[in-house]
Amino acid sequence: MNDIRMMKKPGEKILLSGNEALARGAYEAGVKVASAYPGTPSTEILENLRNYEGVYTEWATNEKVALEVALGASFAGVRALATMKHVGLNVAADPLFTAAYTGVRGGLVVIVADDPEMHSSQNEQDSRNYALAAKVPMLEPADAAEAREFLRTAYRISEQFDTPVLLRTETRMSHVKGVVTAAEPEASPVTPGIEKMPEKFVMLPANARRRRVELGKRMERLKEYSETFPGTCVSWGDTKRGFITSGVASLYVKEAFPGASVLKLGMVHPLPEKLIRSFAAKVDEVIIVEELDPFIETQVKAMGISCRGKDLIPAMGELNPMIIKQSVTGVKESGFFEPVQIPMRPPNLCPGCPHRGIFYAISKLGVFVTGDIGCYTLAALKPLSAMDTCVCMGAGIGNAHGMSKALGPDALGKIIAVIGDSTFFHSGITGLVNIVFNCGNATVVILDNRTTGMTGHQPHPASGKTITGDPTVAVDIEALCRAIGVANVRTVNPHNSEECMKVLKEEISRPEPSVVIAKAPCVLIPEMKRRKDRKRYTSRVERCTGCRACLRIGCPAIEWVPLTPDEAKNLGYKEKQKGYSRINAVLCDGCGQCAPLCKFGVIVPEGEAEDAGR
Amino acid sequence: MQAGNVLLCGVGGQGILLASEVLSSALLRAGFDVKQSEVHGMAQRGGSVVSHVRFGEKVYSPLIEFGTADIAVSFELLEALRYLPYMKKGSTVLVNTQKILPAPVATGVETYPEDVIAQLESRDLRVHAIDAFGIAASVGEKRAVNMVLVGALSALLPVEERIFLDIVAERIPEKIRKVNAGAFLKGREIIRR
Repeated sequence: MNDIRMMKKPGEKILLSGNEALARGAYEAGVKVASAYPGTPSTEILENLRNYEGVYTEWATNEKVALEVALGASFAGVRALATMKHVGLNVAADPLFTAAYTGVRGGLVVIVADDPEMHSSQNEQDSRNYALAAKVPMLEPADAAEAREFLRTAYRISEQFDTPVLLRTETRMSHVKGVVTAAEPEASPVTPGIEKMPEKFVMLPANARRRRVELGKRMERLKEYSETFPGTCVSWGDTKRGFITSGVASLYVKEAFPGASVLKLGMVHPLPEKLIRSFAAKVDEVIIVEELDPFIETQVKAMGISCRGKDLIPAMGELNPMIIKQSVTGVKESGFFEPVQIPMRPPNLCPGCPHRGIFYAISKLGVFVTGDIGCYTLAALKPLSAMDTCVCMGAGIGNAHGMSKALGPDALGKIIAVIGDSTFFHSGITGLVNIVFNCGNATVVILDNRTTGMTGHQPHPASGKTITGDPTVAVDIEALCRAIGVANVRTVNPHNSEECMKVLKEEISRPEPSVVIAKAPCVLIPEMKRRKDRKRYTSRVERCTGCRACLRIGCPAIEWVPLTPDEAKNLGYKEKQKGYSRINAVLCDGCGQCAPLCKFGVIVPEGEAEDAGR
Repeated sequence: MQAGNVLLCGVGGQGILLASEVLSSALLRAGFDVKQSEVHGMAQRGGSVVSHVRFGEKVYSPLIEFGTADIAVSFELLEALRYLPYMKKGSTVLVNTQKILPAPVATGVETYPEDVIAQLESRDLRVHAIDAFGIAASVGEKRAVNMVLVGALSALLPVEERIFLDIVAERIPEKIRKVNAGAFLKGREIIRR
């Protein structure tokens, strides 16, 4: 799959998203190995990088593994990359903190994508705190052009200072397209090969203590380097207010206060103290504008420099020029149209989604559902309302076990854990082993739709193909669960709610661990989109009694048409019938989940409407 | 127009991201600096989708502020009302008259407002209601709704028609290229008339 945007010649201007620019930057930096677990807003970095020649890319099972793979590649003397979303860095934090001690051979960069405003995340983290805590330098580009440039520089820093480098992006960098000028790829000066360096790579306490001292010295040198980092710049204007800012927030500042003096930091850890001091000395008031935590502010205050920051600027959610203007000037912006009250348009499980069927069955059982992260988290919304917790990747399994241990035999049959297939490989397996090991009795439903749905259909260990579409072993989830020691493993068709309900009832009442695999492919994977045997459903609306039973699965293809008494009468319905429901033929995917819900035989496969006994 | 803000909104799956990309690429080729912002992930599961396109000599912020969109293109009727605060007073709004029911409406909990166009027209806006779905169907490709709207939008921008057609030719697979170009031209005609 080659995209014309990647074929551009050096020197040519191209429109790239921040993530596409990071992929381009990685290619130009001569990255040889890149590993990642998909996560919005970071996913497209690897998806684009896989199209460049000479770069090995892979979807790892989770972010910890991805970073360990990249670190291994660095040990082997090649430039390596791991990418992840902010919560992924929590998972990868373990290798990160010690990689700061070992340092690198080939350049190593970890790109972490924050999601202020939580467009597609369960929390809002400021990953800059990891740079401080792990003692690793961090760069923060503001747009696509800087993304490409900074990533190239990051590899030089990594090798020059013998350290992993963090590069922070966020939704409004990763998913913003801007103009980028492509350049020639460069080669790393490091020679690949196996080199034993135990005092550097084996972090036994004695070695680690020596490396800790090195790490301290390295940070001092990086602090000096930070003063001259090419992506940090001062633009002088009015000296009444001087803004210190970084990343996307710096663009908002330039938009909100075009004439102000701005110190834009490209390297956010460690900070250039001398530069900050000299900037602050030349302006009347220093205002620090940064998204999320007061990361720069706290450090500037610790330097003894008087400044304003989070006392004015919100510490949560996304910023924009208007918020910054209002916060700084105290004048409320007005003159735009007021919002109007209209129905919300929440995201929804797709028509034909296999998750809908199994969650409908679960909702009928009246159990407490410990959930997880994926498309299926949408089952928490009405009308299914079939998820009661959602914390992090893999959490549902541990949560179910913890609840059942807390409540003892009383809880038997009342708790179900659900987890997606990709999520199961990411961090569900250890939780399941824990249940078996500790004599638990939880029932875990694995939603096996053969892909990583939410992030755009990346293959996972049970998909049978790699990131580049090459065939590979497909891990057998059922066999895996049995091997772990789960005696009761059953596979169901999630489109068949009745079957699901029956099996689930049996399994939750067992005083031992069970796994139920709900197996049916996501309707958005290419094989499903191409299938020819799909039979859509239609409704014989004249038979509809308006009971609304079909609406309880919340399928976007089923529409309720409200009727006034007169309209009902004119259409031949009883006057008191409030409306009827119909199937939108354009949206119907033909899964058939709705048909058994209708007791009046309204919903039938297309083509059967006429001959089915009038 | 030497600088401007174009807001595209609609429902996940309507091809808004591709439309934004064609628009941004055309603006870049016409010599402008461009930034385009969108959100992926959750937003694409049939939820409301918005894309901000800003162009000019130099663009900093990728986001359009409230009250500053020079042109808004709504790919779905109701969505035009949702993004009202972004629209500049006196600006032009292109609205596809196609309705896609949001979940609360489809399940009978809420009702779809009947008077969307009237609500828009009652404000200080130049409203063009366009049956983009009908037009796309008439050229033989119902999925080319996005290209009809890009065509309509193109007539309001300082970019030559040829540039748009070149970009469409580069970005759209050969099999459906001709109908998409046709849809683009039909859309462009509506505004130029």
